[in-house]
Amino acid sequence: MAKIIAGVASSHVPAIGAAIDNKQTEEPYWKRVFSGFEKSKEWMEKAKPDVAIIVYNDHASAFSVEIVPTFALGCAAEFPPADEGWGPRPVPVVKGHPELASHIAQSVILDEFDLTICNKMEVDHGLTVPMNLLFGSPQEWPCPVIPLAVNVVLYPPPTAHRCYMLGKAIRKAVESYPEDLRVVVFGTGGMSHQISGPRAGLINSKFDKAFLDNLSKDPKKLTRISHLEFMREAGAEGIEMVMWLIMRGALDDKVEETYRFYTVPASNTAVGHIILEPKHRAAAKARKASGKSRRPAKMKRAAARAKTFVRRSK
Amino acid sequence: MARKEAARKEQEYDDIPGTFVFDAERSLRGYGINMFCMSLMKDANRKAFKANEPEYLKQFKLTPEQTEAVLKRDYNRMLELGGNIYFTAKLGATDGHSFRHLAAVMTGSTQDDYAAMMLAGGRSAEGNRSKSGRRTTSILVGSAKPTSARPKAAKAGAGKSKSKSRSKARSKRG
Repeated sequence: MAKIIAGVASSHVPAIGAAIDNKQTEEPYWKRVFSGFEKSKEWMEKAKPDVAIIVYNDHASAFSVEIVPTFALGCAAEFPPADEGWGPRPVPVVKGHPELASHIAQSVILDEFDLTICNKMEVDHGLTVPMNLLFGSPQEWPCPVIPLAVNVVLYPPPTAHRCYMLGKAIRKAVESYPEDLRVVVFGTGGMSHQISGPRAGLINSKFDKAFLDNLSKDPKKLTRISHLEFMREAGAEGIEMVMWLIMRGALDDKVEETYRFYTVPASNTAVGHIILEPKHRAAAKARKASGKSRRPAKMKRAAARAKTFVRRSK
Repeated sequence: MARKEAARKEQEYDDIPGTFVFDAERSLRGYGINMFCMSLMKDANRKAFKANEPEYLKQFKLTPEQTEAVLKRDYNRMLELGGNIYFTAKLGATDGHSFRHLAAVMTGSTQDDYAAMMLAGGRSAEGNRSKSGRRTTSILVGSAKPTSARPKAAKAGAGKSKSKSRSKARSKRG
Protein backbone atom coordinates (compact mmCIF):
# COMPACT_ATOMS: atom_id res chain seq x y z
CA MET A 1 0.00 0.00 0.00
CA ALA A 2 1.26 3.47 -0.83
CA LYS A 3 1.28 6.01 1.97
CA ILE A 4 1.85 9.71 2.48
CA ILE A 5 4.88 10.20 4.72
CA ALA A 6 5.00 14.00 4.90
CA GLY A 7 3.73 17.32 3.63
CA VAL A 8 5.96 20.14 2.50
CA ALA A 9 4.95 23.70 1.66
CA SER A 10 7.07 26.32 -0.02
CA SER A 11 6.76 29.58 -1.92
CA HIS A 12 7.58 29.37 -5.62
CA VAL A 13 8.87 32.85 -6.43
CA PRO A 14 10.26 33.03 -10.03
CA ALA A 15 13.18 35.23 -8.91
CA ILE A 16 14.38 32.34 -6.70
CA GLY A 17 14.63 30.24 -9.85
CA ALA A 18 16.46 33.03 -11.65
CA ALA A 19 18.91 33.34 -8.73
CA ILE A 20 19.65 29.60 -8.98
CA ASP A 21 19.97 29.68 -12.77
CA ASN A 22 22.23 32.76 -12.70
CA LYS A 23 24.32 31.37 -9.81
CA GLN A 24 23.51 34.21 -7.41
CA THR A 25 22.67 31.99 -4.44
CA GLU A 26 25.74 33.12 -2.49
CA GLU A 27 24.86 36.81 -2.71
CA PRO A 28 23.77 38.09 0.71
CA TYR A 29 20.21 38.89 -0.43
CA TRP A 30 19.70 35.38 -1.77
CA LYS A 31 21.77 33.59 0.85
CA ARG A 32 19.22 34.74 3.42
CA VAL A 33 16.53 32.91 1.43
CA PHE A 34 18.46 29.76 0.48
CA SER A 35 19.97 29.21 3.94
CA GLY A 36 16.45 28.53 5.17
CA PHE A 37 16.23 25.45 2.97
CA GLU A 38 19.55 23.78 3.86
CA LYS A 39 18.04 21.67 6.64
CA SER A 40 15.07 20.86 4.43
CA LYS A 41 17.31 19.45 1.73
CA GLU A 42 18.99 17.23 4.34
CA TRP A 43 15.58 16.16 5.58
CA MET A 44 14.46 15.34 2.05
CA GLU A 45 17.61 13.32 1.37
CA LYS A 46 16.86 11.19 4.42
CA ALA A 47 13.13 10.94 3.71
CA LYS A 48 13.84 9.56 0.20
CA PRO A 49 10.26 9.61 -1.10
CA ASP A 50 9.39 7.32 -4.01
CA VAL A 51 7.01 9.88 -5.49
CA ALA A 52 6.19 13.57 -4.93
CA ILE A 53 2.75 14.99 -5.64
CA ILE A 54 3.35 18.70 -6.20
CA VAL A 55 0.42 21.10 -6.02
CA TYR A 56 1.29 24.29 -7.90
CA ASN A 57 -0.11 26.83 -10.30
CA ASP A 58 0.75 27.63 -13.86
CA HIS A 59 1.58 31.26 -14.67
CA ALA A 60 0.32 31.70 -18.24
CA SER A 61 2.83 29.10 -19.46
CA ALA A 62 0.99 25.81 -20.11
CA PHE A 63 -2.45 27.39 -19.85
CA SER A 64 -3.33 30.78 -21.32
CA VAL A 65 -6.82 32.27 -21.07
CA GLU A 66 -8.02 29.79 -23.71
CA ILE A 67 -8.32 26.87 -21.30
CA VAL A 68 -8.47 27.36 -17.53
CA PRO A 69 -8.87 24.08 -15.64
CA THR A 70 -9.55 24.46 -11.93
CA PHE A 71 -7.67 21.25 -11.03
CA ALA A 72 -5.41 19.64 -13.66
CA LEU A 73 -3.52 16.44 -12.84
CA GLY A 74 -0.40 15.59 -14.82
CA CYS A 75 -0.62 11.94 -15.86
CA ALA A 76 2.16 12.06 -18.48
CA ALA A 77 5.46 10.14 -18.33
CA GLU A 78 7.38 13.41 -18.42
CA PHE A 79 6.87 17.14 -18.17
CA PRO A 80 9.33 19.43 -19.98
CA PRO A 81 10.18 22.80 -18.40
CA ALA A 82 8.19 25.59 -20.12
CA ASP A 83 9.70 28.56 -21.92
CA GLU A 84 8.48 31.45 -19.76
CA GLY A 85 9.81 34.12 -22.09
CA TRP A 86 13.55 33.77 -21.50
CA GLY A 87 14.00 30.14 -22.55
CA PRO A 88 13.12 27.05 -20.50
CA ARG A 89 14.79 26.87 -17.07
CA PRO A 90 17.98 24.76 -17.21
CA VAL A 91 16.54 22.05 -14.96
CA PRO A 92 16.07 18.34 -15.71
CA VAL A 93 12.89 17.18 -17.39
CA VAL A 94 10.38 16.26 -14.67
CA LYS A 95 9.58 12.55 -14.80
CA GLY A 96 6.00 11.60 -13.99
CA HIS A 97 4.38 8.55 -12.44
CA PRO A 98 1.57 7.82 -14.92
CA GLU A 99 0.27 4.73 -13.09
CA LEU A 100 -0.17 6.37 -9.69
CA ALA A 101 -1.38 9.60 -11.30
CA SER A 102 -4.08 7.80 -13.31
CA HIS A 103 -5.08 5.86 -10.22
CA ILE A 104 -5.45 9.13 -8.28
CA ALA A 105 -7.44 10.72 -11.12
CA GLN A 106 -9.85 7.81 -11.25
CA SER A 107 -10.25 7.64 -7.50
CA VAL A 108 -10.87 11.35 -6.87
CA ILE A 109 -13.23 11.69 -9.84
CA LEU A 110 -15.35 8.90 -8.38
CA ASP A 111 -15.13 10.86 -5.12
CA GLU A 112 -16.78 13.75 -7.01
CA PHE A 113 -13.71 15.90 -7.71
CA ASP A 114 -13.95 16.57 -11.44
CA LEU A 115 -10.29 16.81 -12.39
CA THR A 116 -8.88 17.66 -15.78
CA ILE A 117 -6.36 15.07 -16.92
CA CYS A 118 -3.23 16.29 -18.68
CA ASN A 119 -1.35 13.71 -20.72
CA LYS A 120 0.83 16.43 -22.17
CA MET A 121 1.89 19.44 -20.15
CA GLU A 122 4.84 21.77 -19.75
CA VAL A 123 5.67 22.93 -16.24
CA ASP A 124 6.89 26.36 -15.18
CA HIS A 125 8.70 27.85 -12.18
CA GLY A 126 5.65 27.21 -10.00
CA LEU A 127 6.64 23.54 -10.00
CA THR A 128 10.40 23.57 -10.54
CA VAL A 129 11.40 26.26 -8.00
CA PRO A 130 10.10 24.33 -4.97
CA MET A 131 11.78 21.22 -6.41
CA ASN A 132 15.11 23.08 -6.47
CA LEU A 133 14.58 24.30 -2.92
CA LEU A 134 13.94 20.79 -1.58
CA PHE A 135 15.98 18.60 -3.95
CA GLY A 136 18.79 21.03 -4.85
CA SER A 137 20.03 21.13 -8.44
CA PRO A 138 20.85 17.52 -9.39
CA GLN A 139 21.47 16.14 -12.89
CA GLU A 140 18.26 14.13 -12.59
CA TRP A 141 15.42 14.72 -10.13
CA PRO A 142 15.59 12.10 -7.36
CA CYS A 143 11.99 10.87 -7.74
CA PRO A 144 9.03 10.91 -10.11
CA VAL A 145 6.60 13.80 -9.70
CA ILE A 146 2.85 14.08 -10.16
CA PRO A 147 2.02 17.73 -10.89
CA LEU A 148 -1.37 19.02 -9.79
CA ALA A 149 -2.00 22.42 -11.35
CA VAL A 150 -4.60 24.59 -9.61
CA ASN A 151 -6.14 27.68 -11.15
CA VAL A 152 -5.38 30.65 -8.92
CA VAL A 153 -5.02 33.14 -11.78
CA LEU A 154 -8.63 33.58 -12.91
CA TYR A 155 -10.94 34.48 -10.03
CA PRO A 156 -12.35 32.51 -8.34
CA PRO A 157 -9.86 29.77 -7.51
CA PRO A 158 -11.31 26.75 -5.71
CA THR A 159 -12.17 27.56 -2.10
CA ALA A 160 -9.86 26.76 0.79
CA HIS A 161 -12.32 24.14 2.00
CA ARG A 162 -12.60 22.51 -1.43
CA CYS A 163 -8.82 22.29 -1.62
CA TYR A 164 -8.62 20.70 1.82
CA MET A 165 -11.25 18.13 0.87
CA LEU A 166 -9.42 17.34 -2.39
CA GLY A 167 -6.35 16.66 -0.28
CA LYS A 168 -8.34 14.14 1.72
CA ALA A 169 -9.55 12.46 -1.48
CA ILE A 170 -5.97 12.29 -2.76
CA ARG A 171 -4.88 10.64 0.48
CA LYS A 172 -7.62 8.04 0.11
CA ALA A 173 -6.50 7.43 -3.48
CA VAL A 174 -2.84 7.05 -2.53
CA GLU A 175 -3.69 4.64 0.29
CA SER A 176 -5.68 2.44 -2.07
CA TYR A 177 -2.74 2.07 -4.48
CA PRO A 178 -1.35 -1.49 -4.17
CA GLU A 179 2.37 -0.78 -4.57
CA ASP A 180 4.38 0.15 -1.46
CA LEU A 181 5.29 3.73 -2.29
CA ARG A 182 6.32 6.48 0.09
CA VAL A 183 4.74 9.71 -1.08
CA VAL A 184 5.46 13.32 -0.16
CA VAL A 185 2.88 16.00 -0.98
CA PHE A 186 3.99 19.57 -1.74
CA GLY A 187 1.78 22.63 -1.42
CA THR A 188 3.39 25.61 -3.15
CA GLY A 189 2.87 29.34 -3.71
CA GLY A 190 2.32 32.23 -1.33
CA MET A 191 2.80 33.46 1.20
CA SER A 192 1.50 37.04 1.33
CA HIS A 193 2.25 38.97 -1.84
CA GLN A 194 0.66 41.19 -4.41
CA ILE A 195 2.36 41.82 -7.72
CA SER A 196 -0.46 43.65 -9.51
CA GLY A 197 -1.82 47.18 -9.34
CA PRO A 198 -1.05 50.16 -7.10
CA ARG A 199 -1.13 47.99 -3.94
CA ALA A 200 1.73 45.77 -5.26
CA GLY A 201 4.31 44.97 -2.60
CA LEU A 202 1.80 44.13 0.11
CA ILE A 203 3.16 41.80 2.80
CA ASN A 204 1.31 40.64 5.91
CA SER A 205 3.66 38.69 8.18
CA LYS A 206 1.09 38.51 10.97
CA PHE A 207 -1.33 36.71 8.65
CA ASP A 208 1.41 34.43 7.31
CA LYS A 209 2.60 33.41 10.76
CA ALA A 210 -0.94 32.68 11.91
CA PHE A 211 -1.41 30.59 8.76
CA LEU A 212 1.78 28.61 9.48
CA ASP A 213 0.78 28.09 13.13
CA ASN A 214 -2.64 26.80 12.22
CA LEU A 215 -1.40 24.25 9.69
CA SER A 216 -0.65 22.01 12.67
CA LYS A 217 -2.78 23.68 15.36
CA ASP A 218 -6.15 24.08 13.67
CA PRO A 219 -6.15 23.43 9.90
CA LYS A 220 -9.95 23.48 9.79
CA LYS A 221 -9.83 27.14 10.77
CA LEU A 222 -7.80 27.79 7.62
CA THR A 223 -10.46 26.14 5.48
CA ARG A 224 -12.89 28.88 6.53
CA ILE A 225 -10.76 31.73 5.15
CA SER A 226 -12.72 33.40 2.36
CA HIS A 227 -11.20 34.55 -0.92
CA LEU A 228 -11.97 38.13 0.13
CA GLU A 229 -9.92 37.64 3.31
CA PHE A 230 -6.99 36.08 1.46
CA MET A 231 -6.87 38.96 -1.04
CA ARG A 232 -7.46 41.71 1.48
CA GLU A 233 -5.01 40.43 4.11
CA ALA A 234 -2.40 38.54 2.08
CA GLY A 235 -2.53 40.38 -1.26
CA ALA A 236 -4.31 39.61 -4.53
CA GLU A 237 -1.78 36.89 -5.35
CA GLY A 238 -1.59 35.66 -1.75
CA ILE A 239 -4.72 33.68 -2.59
CA GLU A 240 -2.27 31.03 -3.84
CA MET A 241 -2.16 29.77 -0.26
CA VAL A 242 -5.32 27.73 -0.93
CA MET A 243 -2.92 25.28 -2.58
CA TRP A 244 -1.19 24.61 0.73
CA LEU A 245 -4.50 23.26 2.00
CA ILE A 246 -4.54 20.45 -0.57
CA MET A 247 -1.24 19.32 0.93
CA ARG A 248 -2.62 19.72 4.45
CA GLY A 249 -5.78 17.79 3.65
CA ALA A 250 -3.68 14.87 2.42
CA LEU A 251 -2.04 14.45 5.85
CA ASP A 252 -3.25 12.98 9.14
CA ASP A 253 -5.61 15.19 11.15
CA LYS A 254 -2.85 15.53 13.76
CA VAL A 255 0.60 16.40 12.52
CA GLU A 256 3.90 17.51 13.95
CA GLU A 257 5.71 20.53 12.60
CA THR A 258 9.20 19.25 11.76
CA TYR A 259 10.61 22.46 10.34
CA ARG A 260 9.62 26.02 9.48
CA PHE A 261 11.26 28.93 7.71
CA TYR A 262 9.96 32.42 6.95
CA THR A 263 11.68 35.44 5.46
CA VAL A 264 10.71 38.71 3.76
CA PRO A 265 11.25 39.38 0.92
CA ALA A 266 12.22 37.38 -2.11
CA SER A 267 11.51 39.91 -4.82
CA ASN A 268 7.83 40.82 -4.12
CA THR A 269 6.97 37.92 -1.87
CA ALA A 270 7.03 36.67 1.71
CA VAL A 271 8.78 33.31 1.57
CA GLY A 272 7.22 30.65 3.76
CA HIS A 273 8.21 27.04 4.14
CA ILE A 274 7.08 24.24 6.42
CA ILE A 275 7.53 20.47 6.79
CA LEU A 276 4.75 18.52 8.46
CA GLU A 277 4.89 14.85 9.43
CA PRO A 278 2.41 12.45 10.98
CA LYS A 279 2.82 12.51 14.77
CA HIS A 280 4.04 8.93 15.20
CA ARG A 281 6.64 9.37 12.48
CA ALA A 282 8.02 12.57 13.97
CA ALA A 283 8.11 10.93 17.42
CA ALA A 284 9.96 7.88 16.10
CA LYS A 285 12.52 10.15 14.48
CA ALA A 286 13.04 12.11 17.68
CA ARG A 287 13.58 8.89 19.60
CA LYS A 288 16.10 7.77 17.03
CA ALA A 289 17.89 11.10 17.20
CA SER A 290 18.10 11.03 21.00
CA GLY A 291 19.53 7.50 20.86
CA LYS A 292 16.67 5.92 22.78
CA SER A 293 15.26 2.78 21.27
CA ARG A 294 11.57 2.17 20.93
CA ARG A 295 11.61 -0.83 23.24
CA PRO A 296 11.97 0.83 26.63
CA ALA A 297 9.10 3.18 25.84
CA LYS A 298 6.95 0.23 24.90
CA MET A 299 7.94 -1.61 28.06
CA LYS A 300 7.22 1.46 30.15
CA ARG A 301 3.76 1.69 28.61
CA ALA A 302 3.19 -2.01 29.30
CA ALA A 303 4.30 -1.50 32.88
CA ALA A 304 1.96 1.44 33.25
CA ARG A 305 -0.90 -0.61 31.87
CA ALA A 306 -0.16 -3.42 34.30
CA LYS A 307 -0.20 -0.92 37.16
CA THR A 308 -3.56 0.46 36.12
CA PHE A 309 -4.90 -3.01 35.81
CA VAL A 310 -3.77 -3.84 39.30
CA ARG A 311 -5.29 -0.66 40.69
CA ARG A 312 -8.56 -1.25 38.91
CA SER A 313 -8.80 -4.82 40.06
CA LYS A 314 -8.48 -3.77 43.68
CA MET B 1 -20.65 45.65 -28.62
CA ALA B 2 -22.85 46.92 -25.85
CA ARG B 3 -21.64 44.35 -23.37
CA LYS B 4 -18.12 45.72 -23.42
CA GLU B 5 -19.32 49.25 -22.80
CA ALA B 6 -21.54 48.30 -19.85
CA ALA B 7 -20.42 49.54 -16.44
CA ARG B 8 -18.68 47.02 -14.23
CA LYS B 9 -20.91 45.24 -11.75
CA GLU B 10 -19.65 46.22 -8.29
CA GLN B 11 -18.10 43.33 -6.38
CA GLU B 12 -17.29 43.02 -2.69
CA TYR B 13 -13.57 42.74 -3.47
CA ASP B 14 -13.64 46.02 -5.45
CA ASP B 15 -13.38 47.60 -1.99
CA ILE B 16 -9.75 46.41 -1.71
CA PRO B 17 -7.61 49.45 -2.58
CA GLY B 18 -5.24 49.42 -5.55
CA THR B 19 -6.36 46.00 -6.69
CA PHE B 20 -7.96 44.80 -9.93
CA VAL B 21 -9.20 41.28 -9.33
CA PHE B 22 -9.00 39.26 -12.54
CA ASP B 23 -12.52 37.88 -12.45
CA ALA B 24 -14.95 36.54 -15.06
CA GLU B 25 -16.01 39.99 -16.19
CA ARG B 26 -12.45 41.26 -16.64
CA SER B 27 -11.37 38.01 -18.25
CA LEU B 28 -14.14 38.33 -20.83
CA ARG B 29 -13.31 41.94 -21.50
CA GLY B 30 -9.56 41.46 -21.54
CA TYR B 31 -9.35 38.31 -23.65
CA GLY B 32 -7.71 40.24 -26.52
CA ILE B 33 -5.10 41.88 -24.27
CA ASN B 34 -4.14 38.57 -22.69
CA MET B 35 -4.00 36.69 -26.00
CA PHE B 36 -1.86 39.50 -27.41
CA CYS B 37 0.52 39.18 -24.45
CA MET B 38 0.56 35.39 -24.86
CA SER B 39 1.61 35.82 -28.50
CA LEU B 40 4.77 37.54 -27.25
CA MET B 41 6.07 34.18 -26.05
CA LYS B 42 7.34 33.70 -29.63
CA ASP B 43 10.37 35.61 -30.77
CA ALA B 44 9.04 36.22 -34.30
CA ASN B 45 5.93 37.82 -32.80
CA ARG B 46 7.99 40.00 -30.47
CA LYS B 47 9.90 41.31 -33.46
CA ALA B 48 6.72 41.92 -35.49
CA PHE B 49 5.15 43.77 -32.57
CA LYS B 50 8.23 45.94 -32.03
CA ALA B 51 8.41 46.76 -35.76
CA ASN B 52 4.90 48.21 -35.87
CA GLU B 53 2.96 48.13 -32.62
CA PRO B 54 -0.44 49.54 -33.70
CA GLU B 55 -0.49 47.32 -36.79
CA TYR B 56 0.39 44.18 -34.81
CA LEU B 57 -2.32 44.91 -32.23
CA LYS B 58 -5.02 44.92 -34.92
CA GLN B 59 -5.08 41.08 -34.87
CA PHE B 60 -6.43 41.02 -31.35
CA LYS B 61 -9.71 42.97 -31.53
CA LEU B 62 -8.83 45.36 -28.73
CA THR B 63 -11.08 48.30 -27.88
CA PRO B 64 -9.55 51.73 -28.59
CA GLU B 65 -8.94 52.26 -24.86
CA GLN B 66 -7.21 48.88 -24.55
CA THR B 67 -5.00 49.68 -27.54
CA GLU B 68 -4.11 53.01 -25.99
CA ALA B 69 -3.24 51.40 -22.65
CA VAL B 70 -0.93 48.89 -24.38
CA LEU B 71 0.79 51.51 -26.56
CA LYS B 72 1.29 53.79 -23.54
CA ARG B 73 2.41 50.86 -21.36
CA ASP B 74 -0.16 51.95 -18.80
CA TYR B 75 -0.02 48.74 -16.76
CA ASN B 76 -2.70 49.66 -14.24
CA ARG B 77 -5.13 50.60 -17.00
CA MET B 78 -4.42 47.28 -18.74
CA LEU B 79 -5.34 45.45 -15.53
CA GLU B 80 -8.46 47.55 -15.16
CA LEU B 81 -9.50 46.73 -18.72
CA GLY B 82 -9.10 42.99 -18.24
CA GLY B 83 -5.39 42.30 -18.56
CA ASN B 84 -3.85 39.90 -16.08
CA ILE B 85 -0.47 40.55 -14.50
CA TYR B 86 1.05 37.19 -15.52
CA PHE B 87 0.19 38.07 -19.11
CA THR B 88 1.06 41.78 -19.10
CA ALA B 89 4.42 40.87 -17.53
CA LYS B 90 5.25 39.27 -20.89
CA LEU B 91 4.86 42.70 -22.51
CA GLY B 92 7.25 44.10 -19.91
CA ALA B 93 9.74 41.34 -20.72
CA THR B 94 9.39 42.09 -24.43
CA ASP B 95 10.43 45.67 -23.67
CA GLY B 96 13.41 44.26 -21.79
CA HIS B 97 12.11 45.45 -18.43
CA SER B 98 12.50 43.63 -15.13
CA PHE B 99 9.47 42.96 -13.00
CA ARG B 100 10.70 45.61 -10.60
CA HIS B 101 10.24 48.17 -13.38
CA LEU B 102 6.61 47.11 -13.79
CA ALA B 103 6.05 47.21 -10.04
CA ALA B 104 7.47 50.73 -9.88
CA VAL B 105 5.20 51.85 -12.75
CA MET B 106 2.09 50.29 -11.18
CA THR B 107 2.76 51.68 -7.71
CA GLY B 108 3.82 55.14 -8.92
CA SER B 109 7.21 54.68 -7.33
CA THR B 110 10.82 54.42 -8.46
CA GLN B 111 12.52 51.03 -8.76
CA ASP B 112 14.90 51.91 -5.92
CA ASP B 113 12.14 53.11 -3.62
CA TYR B 114 10.05 50.04 -4.39
CA ALA B 115 13.00 47.72 -3.70
CA ALA B 116 13.74 49.58 -0.45
CA MET B 117 10.10 49.22 0.63
CA MET B 118 10.25 45.46 0.02
CA LEU B 119 13.52 45.10 1.95
CA ALA B 120 11.96 46.98 4.85
CA GLY B 121 9.19 44.38 5.03
CA GLY B 122 6.90 45.38 2.18
CA ARG B 123 3.73 47.44 2.05
CA SER B 124 1.80 47.11 5.29
CA ALA B 125 -1.76 45.84 5.27
CA GLU B 126 -2.58 48.59 7.80
CA GLY B 127 -4.58 51.28 6.03
CA ASN B 128 -4.57 49.21 2.83
CA ARG B 129 -7.52 46.94 3.49
CA SER B 130 -10.56 48.93 2.46
CA LYS B 131 -11.30 51.82 0.12
CA SER B 132 -14.50 52.72 1.90
CA GLY B 133 -12.81 52.53 5.30
CA ARG B 134 -15.24 49.91 6.56
CA ARG B 135 -14.37 47.60 9.42
CA THR B 136 -12.82 44.45 8.01
CA THR B 137 -12.69 41.07 9.64
CA SER B 138 -10.23 38.24 9.35
CA ILE B 139 -10.44 34.73 10.76
CA LEU B 140 -6.69 34.73 11.23
CA VAL B 141 -5.76 38.22 12.35
CA GLY B 142 -9.02 39.59 13.74
CA SER B 143 -10.79 42.75 12.71
CA ALA B 144 -9.25 46.00 11.61
CA LYS B 145 -10.73 49.28 12.78
CA PRO B 146 -12.68 51.31 10.26
CA THR B 147 -10.65 54.10 8.69
CA SER B 148 -13.11 56.63 7.41
CA ALA B 149 -12.58 58.74 4.34
CA ARG B 150 -13.75 61.60 6.57
CA PRO B 151 -11.30 61.32 9.45
CA LYS B 152 -12.82 64.11 11.58
CA ALA B 153 -16.26 62.59 11.71
CA ALA B 154 -14.79 59.18 12.43
CA LYS B 155 -12.72 60.51 15.30
CA ALA B 156 -15.69 62.26 16.86
CA GLY B 157 -17.75 59.07 16.54
CA ALA B 158 -15.04 56.90 17.99
CA GLY B 159 -14.53 59.30 20.90
CA LYS B 160 -18.19 59.21 21.80
CA SER B 161 -18.48 55.46 21.83
CA LYS B 162 -15.30 55.20 23.86
CA SER B 163 -16.50 57.54 26.56
CA LYS B 164 -19.81 55.74 26.67
CA SER B 165 -18.24 52.37 27.17
CA ARG B 166 -15.92 53.85 29.77
CA SER B 167 -18.77 55.27 31.78
CA LYS B 168 -20.60 51.98 31.47
CA ALA B 169 -17.55 50.17 32.71
CA ARG B 170 -17.29 52.58 35.62
CA SER B 171 -20.90 52.16 36.62
CA LYS B 172 -20.47 48.40 36.47
CA ARG B 173 -17.48 48.58 38.72
CA GLY B 174 -19.19 51.03 41.04
